[in-house]
Amino acid sequence: MTTRWIRGAAVAAAMAGGVAACSAPGGGTGGGSGGGTSADSVVIGVASEPDTLSPLLGYGKDGNSKLFDGLLARDADLKLTPALAKALPEVADDGLTYTYTLRDGVEFSDGEPLTAADVVFTYETVLDEKTNNTSRTELDAIKEVKADGDDKVTFTLKYPYAPFAGRTVLPIVPEHIAGKQDPNTGSFNTEPIGTGPYVLSAWSKGEKLTFKANPHYWGGAPKVKTLTMAIIEDDDVRATRLRSGDLDGAILPPNLAAAFKNDSDRKTYDAKSYDFRTVTLPTTNKVTGDRAIRQALDAAVDREAMADKILDGAGRPAYGPLPVDDPWFTKGIERPQDLDKAKQILDRAGWKAGADGVRAKSGQRAAFTLLYPSGDKVRQDHALAYASDAKKAGIDVKVESATWEVIEPRMKDDAVLAGGGSTGDPDFALYTLLHSSLAGDGFNNMGRYDNPAVDKALDTGRRSQDEATRRAAYDTIQRELVKDPGYTFLTHIDHVYVLADRWTGLTTQLEPHEHGFASGPWWNLEDWQPKQ
Amino acid sequence: MARLAGRRTLFAAPVLLVVTFGMFAIAAASPFDPVRAYAGTAALGADRATLDRLRANLGVDQPFAERWWHWLTSALTGDLGQSSVMRQPVAEVLGERLVWSTLLCAVAFVAAVLTGTALGVLAARRQGGWLDRTVTSLAYTLSAAPVFWTALLAIWLFALRLDLLPAGGLTDTASEQVTAGQVASHLVLPAGVLAVSQLPWFTLYVRQGVADALAEDPVRGARARGLSESTVLLGHALRSGLLPVLTLIGSRVPELITGALLVESVFSWPGIAAATVEAATAVDFPLLAALTALATVAVLAGNLLADLLYGLFDPRVKLSDM
Repeated sequence: MTTRWIRGAAVAAAMAGGVAACSAPGGGTGGGSGGGTSADSVVIGVASEPDTLSPLLGYGKDGNSKLFDGLLARDADLKLTPALAKALPEVADDGLTYTYTLRDGVEFSDGEPLTAADVVFTYETVLDEKTNNTSRTELDAIKEVKADGDDKVTFTLKYPYAPFAGRTVLPIVPEHIAGKQDPNTGSFNTEPIGTGPYVLSAWSKGEKLTFKANPHYWGGAPKVKTLTMAIIEDDDVRATRLRSGDLDGAILPPNLAAAFKNDSDRKTYDAKSYDFRTVTLPTTNKVTGDRAIRQALDAAVDREAMADKILDGAGRPAYGPLPVDDPWFTKGIERPQDLDKAKQILDRAGWKAGADGVRAKSGQRAAFTLLYPSGDKVRQDHALAYASDAKKAGIDVKVESATWEVIEPRMKDDAVLAGGGSTGDPDFALYTLLHSSLAGDGFNNMGRYDNPAVDKALDTGRRSQDEATRRAAYDTIQRELVKDPGYTFLTHIDHVYVLADRWTGLTTQLEPHEHGFASGPWWNLEDWQPKQ
Repeated sequence: MARLAGRRTLFAAPVLLVVTFGMFAIAAASPFDPVRAYAGTAALGADRATLDRLRANLGVDQPFAERWWHWLTSALTGDLGQSSVMRQPVAEVLGERLVWSTLLCAVAFVAAVLTGTALGVLAARRQGGWLDRTVTSLAYTLSAAPVFWTALLAIWLFALRLDLLPAGGLTDTASEQVTAGQVASHLVLPAGVLAVSQLPWFTLYVRQGVADALAEDPVRGARARGLSESTVLLGHALRSGLLPVLTLIGSRVPELITGALLVESVFSWPGIAAATVEAATAVDFPLLAALTALATVAVLAGNLLADLLYGLFDPRVKLSDM
């Protein structure tokens, strides 16, 4: 190779590069309006991408997966309805066996029929120790899953578990495909096959997922033919692309959604939620473990102000883990901010105001640290407002931000601004949050709450099949939490969505802590009717 | 030249070994918990037993040296391992994303080098003139502007105000096919922003190099002999003025990669950037190791390229001496 030849080649390559670079702008079709304007396609912007689309690893475990169906599903009011099962399950033997009969003629999107063996395979794989499913404990009650012929499945439980039917919204996967792979790393994670109203047509990682209507869907072919979920992490960019017409809808923080309120082509949806923000008050801490301090804090916080100011009205005060409009909520426990009451409680318990305005009792200052995960603006605002309210009662709360890695080892001594909430049954959120047997077990019962009356009621609520008994149990828990608040519940956060106004039949469900991808006004996309 | 390339390749092997070993060591010492990252938000509701089971399944408790050796030996046989955070093989992750990052970086780089050189020559021609002052102050301003900010500004201007270009993604959000035309139109803004972030360095270096060369004897001699201004500028001054830029090309490669990281996330570009960040915070060893090795190779190749170009364009440099 002579140097001259190489020089020539280098120049030619540079020219070619230049030409490519120059031709790129000219090749543009122009126009930022990529969003479909026809009513049978929907483009939605969400903040996070699922790691996997395999239900075996937890995708769609609470129902609402567009690709899969569970034995049961939930309607707009979160009531259980039959899906892959013909009817609600038959419960026998004091709530120890649940029998489901499968719907006839359901096929996976590859044309293979759904059988009882697929159901058994799905549950057994999720329960397998080797499957990296983080929500496996939700199915802890199952002792055995058995197929009886091609269309009957029987679950035998270890203990009577009243809300068990609520767990069977778990999506069912085809054994003939998923059974041939490693559930943790197999291609089923990115190329799912299900029975649902939509099939995955493309997944461009980090950019978007595209779904196509399943024409053979057992519930009838959906009217909305294509669905695109664009992954846009940054809130501002999402709002920008919604504004530019690139997106039909998006989940937005309340302050950004407010800009779309007066837009005649778009509608704003405030989805009520179970998503609470709370302060854990660890029992092991000398200050937060004192019942008088807990009661005083509970009385001193101004929940109304937090919902109005921090959440821009897109949220409600939380008087316990269950939201005020939940059917299980105990009416009458709502309580406004009452500083005088807070001070009285502290006076009576011997917490005397010191020179700096902070109370103390036998040498112990009424001070503790409140941690919140860094980067979470909403939690930061809650933490600061909480500290300022506590100060008025003479309790010094030092607010500190940290990553979860730092927070985890300190959870047992320091308060944490935590969030959570599961829909479906009060047991789902309350048991892991409050039961003393789970105190400090991973992220369960972070405040190490220990109240025998609550434990007993939780067990009753879990085991009894009788509606009235369960209701009484959950009433007891909510009242006990007022008497001995192991957590200061602050707000339930609404999830705000903005969506183009081109369809009818849109509603929102009461949503869990996680949101955006599965829930949102698109929870029942398959039922939408294009507007004429 | 072949000898230089060969020698550098030999040298690259120990560098790669050290870099990947260092990466395993640092990642192991980082405070991030791979189990929590794997579980995502579900971890915040998980009990101890579940987290322990995941820890065992993912095998994250082995000493890092052992994991490195295991990774290295399987990588040499072509098996890059399984990415825990992406739930798929590393080779698949790279295959899906690398091509788009490479396209973005290559286009941006070529655009930056060409535009930077052109602007630099124009500015050097009349030093202190209005064009020079405009270009120089613009270059300084741009070098101070964070690329994230430039990107948002570009979206605001071109996508929102003027409605000329799409605001993000690889193709129109509603479309399913990846066509060349769509990719091209979606590439303009991210590549443009990335190019603009690199532009100042090339412009300023070329300007200085060409200006210095214009003041040198050979150029004055050429001018005295009555050669045309363009011959003097492009034939004489630019050639020697470009030399420092060639070194710069190699050293800008890491900057380009980190710049692409931000640009990709603002424009939802489906490249390797998001995967890199996730792999790092999730202590996803196999994916992170592959990405680190790739970045190292890119930097080494950039330096090799700079040296080769040096040899090609500067007659005083003999490649056999390098």
